[in-house]
Amino acid sequence: MFAFLYRWLDERLHLDELIAPFKHKTVPQHRLSYWYFFGGITLFLFMIQVLTGILLLLYYRPGANEAFESVQYIMTRVQFGWLIRSIHAWAANLMIFTAFVHMFSVLFLKAYRKPRELTWVTGVILLLLVMGFGFSGYLLPWNTLAFFATKVGTEMAGQVPIVGKAMMIFLRGGPEVTGATLTRFFGFHVAVLPGLVTVLIAMHLFFVQRQGMSVPPKIEAEWIENPSARREMKFFPNFMLRELMAWYVAMGVLGALAAFFPWNLSTKADPFISAPAGIKPEWYFLFMFQTLKMIPSKVWIIDGEVLGILGCSVAGLLWLLLPFFENEKSSRSKAWVTGISIFALVYVIGMTVYGFLAQ
Amino acid sequence: MASLRNNSLLAVSSALLLAGFILLAPSLFAQAVNSCLDCHSALDGTLQVTPEKFSQDIHAQKGLTCVSCHGGDASNYDPDQAMSRKAGWKGKIDRKQVPQLCGSCHSNPAYMRQYNPSLRTDQLDQYHTSMHGKRLAAGDTKVAVCTDCHSVHDLRPAIDPRSPVNPVNVAKTCSRCHSDVAYMKPYGIPTDQFANYSISVHHDAMVVRGDLSAPTCTTCHGNHGALPPGVDKVQNVCANCHAFQAQMYGKSSHFKAFQEKGLPGCVVCHSNHAIHMPSDAMLGTGPTGVCMKCHAPGDHCDKARAAILTDLTQLDQSIKNADQSLRLAESAGMEVSEARLSQDQAQDSLTKARVTIHTFQTALVDADVQAGMKIAAANLKAGRDAMVERNHRRIGLGICLLAIAFMLVGLWLYIKKLES
Repeated sequence: MFAFLYRWLDERLHLDELIAPFKHKTVPQHRLSYWYFFGGITLFLFMIQVLTGILLLLYYRPGANEAFESVQYIMTRVQFGWLIRSIHAWAANLMIFTAFVHMFSVLFLKAYRKPRELTWVTGVILLLLVMGFGFSGYLLPWNTLAFFATKVGTEMAGQVPIVGKAMMIFLRGGPEVTGATLTRFFGFHVAVLPGLVTVLIAMHLFFVQRQGMSVPPKIEAEWIENPSARREMKFFPNFMLRELMAWYVAMGVLGALAAFFPWNLSTKADPFISAPAGIKPEWYFLFMFQTLKMIPSKVWIIDGEVLGILGCSVAGLLWLLLPFFENEKSSRSKAWVTGISIFALVYVIGMTVYGFLAQ
Repeated sequence: MASLRNNSLLAVSSALLLAGFILLAPSLFAQAVNSCLDCHSALDGTLQVTPEKFSQDIHAQKGLTCVSCHGGDASNYDPDQAMSRKAGWKGKIDRKQVPQLCGSCHSNPAYMRQYNPSLRTDQLDQYHTSMHGKRLAAGDTKVAVCTDCHSVHDLRPAIDPRSPVNPVNVAKTCSRCHSDVAYMKPYGIPTDQFANYSISVHHDAMVVRGDLSAPTCTTCHGNHGALPPGVDKVQNVCANCHAFQAQMYGKSSHFKAFQEKGLPGCVVCHSNHAIHMPSDAMLGTGPTGVCMKCHAPGDHCDKARAAILTDLTQLDQSIKNADQSLRLAESAGMEVSEARLSQDQAQDSLTKARVTIHTFQTALVDADVQAGMKIAAANLKAGRDAMVERNHRRIGLGICLLAIAFMLVGLWLYIKKLES
C-alpha cells in the first residue's frame, strides 16, 4: 500500500530526485558524535511546542478577564488539558536548555568556523527568538508572577537609551502592563515568533544539510594522521534512528516531569497589589537579571541600569559575530575565542546559580 | 537729560524703600517678640514652657499665642506690666474655668469654621453631661478637665499619633487616673479596667494589629460626655460594631431574661473590659465555658448548648480535613484552586453559625452549619479526587515509559542488525 502510494507520488513529483541527497548523506562517527543530537532534540521539542500550542489554542482566550480562567479551565476541566499545558511549559524550558547545550557544544567543538558562520548566526538568532517565546508565553496565563515579571522585563527594555521608552510602550501596548500587553504578547507568541522561527529553522537546517556535520579539529587531525580511523554513518536511516531514540528519551523525560510536577498556575494577576517580595525571572534570564542587579546604580556619570542594558546588548552582538573574530591562520585568535567561550559558560552557570541563591 | 531723569527716579525709589522699612520695622519686630516664652522657658516645673514645646501646639501653629488664653501683654518685657490685670492678664487658669475657657472658642461654630469646618463644637455641652463635668460643677476639681486628656502648651490634634487622645493612646490616658488606686479611692469604682482592657481582643486589634477603628475607652463610654453606658444599654453600645449579633440577641429569649434580672446583656458572657477572642470553648463545660454559669446540667438549655457545640466542632473539623486534603493535593502539584476558593465559603458558614449562636436557637445554627458541611464535604472530595487523579497519572506515565523503553530497545536492536 505504502509502496503503491510512493510510486504514484514519484511518478508525478519525482520524489526519488528529492530524496537522493539524503540517501548519500553521511554523518561523521567519532567519540564526540553524541553532541550532534542536541540540535535534533531542540528541533523535536520545538515540534512538541507547536503541537501542544495548537491544542492549547483550542481553549485559551487572551484577555485580562479571561486568560487566567481559561488556563484554569484547561488544567481542571479539559481532558488531558493538564498534560498538554504541563508538557508545553516543560518542553519550553527543556528546549531553551537544549538550545543552550547545543550552542556551547558547537562552540567547543569549533563547529562555527568557516564555512559555517551563517549557521552560527542563524542559531544565535534562533536562541534569542526562543527566549522571546519564553518571555511572551510566560505572561499568557495572566498570573501574579507572570504579571510582575513582565512589568520588570519590559521596564528593563525601557532603559535602552533613546529608543527604550518607545520600545517599552510598543511592547506593553501602553504605558502600563494591562490586558493590551497580554493581547500583544499573545500575538507575538502565536504569530510573529513562530513565523520568524520557522524561516530561521529552515535556513539553519538548509545550511546544516548543505555543509554537512562539522568534525572537531582534534578528531580531524587524528583522521588525517590515521585515515583508516575515519568513520561515517549514513544519515538515513542510521543517524536518524539514533536521533529517534534521543527523541523518545526526551519524550519520556517530558512525560515524567508533567506527571510528577504539573506546571503550577498560581493566583490571578492583580495589578493593584504590590509585587511579591524577591521576585525573579525564569531561570534562562537569571544570569542577565543578576548581572543588572550587581551593577551599582551609578557608574561614573552613567546610570547603572542603562550601562547594564548596553553591556548586555553589546555582548549579545559580539556573541552573534563570534565566528568572524577567529582567524583560521592565527592560533592566538583561536585561543581567545576558546577563552571567551569558557568564560561565557562559567559566567552563565555561575550567575544563574548565584541568582537562584541570592535573596 | 536722560541720565538726570534716571538719577531722580533712583533717588525717589530709594527714599520710598527706606520709608517703608522704617514704617514696617516695629511691626515686624513686634511679631517676633514673645516675652512670655522668653521668661517661662527659663522657669522650672509646671511653669516651664519652651518655644520648642509651644511650637508643637496646634494653637500655636494656627497663630494663637499665650495671650489668647492667659491675656496680658506679650510684647512687654517688664513682668509687672506684661502680667498686669490692666493688660487683661488672667494668670494660671483655674481648673474649674478650663472647660469654659476652651469652650469660648471650641463651642463657637463661626469661629471654629475658619480653622476646621468639620470639627464638632458640642464638646462643652457634652462635657456638662459627663460624670467629669457633673462632678466639676459640684466642686470636685480632681476630675478630668480638657487639659488633663488633651495636654496643654503642646496640644496636638487627635489624629497625631503623639497626641494622648489619639485612639492608640486613649486607654493609657484614661488609665492615668482610673488605674490610680489612691486617686480613685474616694469614688469607690474599680481600677482594673486598663489591666483588663490590655488583655482584651479589642486592645489586640488596636495596638498589636494597628486597627484604629477598634474600640477603646471612648468608643463605649463616649469622650467628652464620658459615662458608663448603663446596664440595660450595653447591647446598644456593642451593636455599633457587632450589628448582627445584637440584632439576633435582641430577638432571643436571653434578652428578655437578662432585662428582667437586670443583667448587662453582652457583658454577662463576654465581660466588659477583658473581652477575649470568642471561641467555641465558651459553649463548653470547661473553665472558659459561660453557659453553665447560669444553666443546670441536663436541662433543656444544656442540651441545646451541647448540640450547638457539637455542630460547630464538626464543621470546624470538616473544614480542617478538607484543608489538609487540598494541601496534600497542592503539594502533589494538582490544580485544586476552585476547591481552595470555596473553602472560604465553608469558613464563612462557620463564622455565620458562630454569629447565629446569639439567637440561641439550635435549628438556625444547624442550618448554617449544614450549609458549611456540604461545602467542606465537596472540597474534601475534590482533594481526594485530585489524589486519585494523581495516581492515575503516575500509572499512565509508567505505562508510557514502559512503551518508550520497549521502543528504545527495539530501535537499538534494529540499528545493531542494520549495521552488522
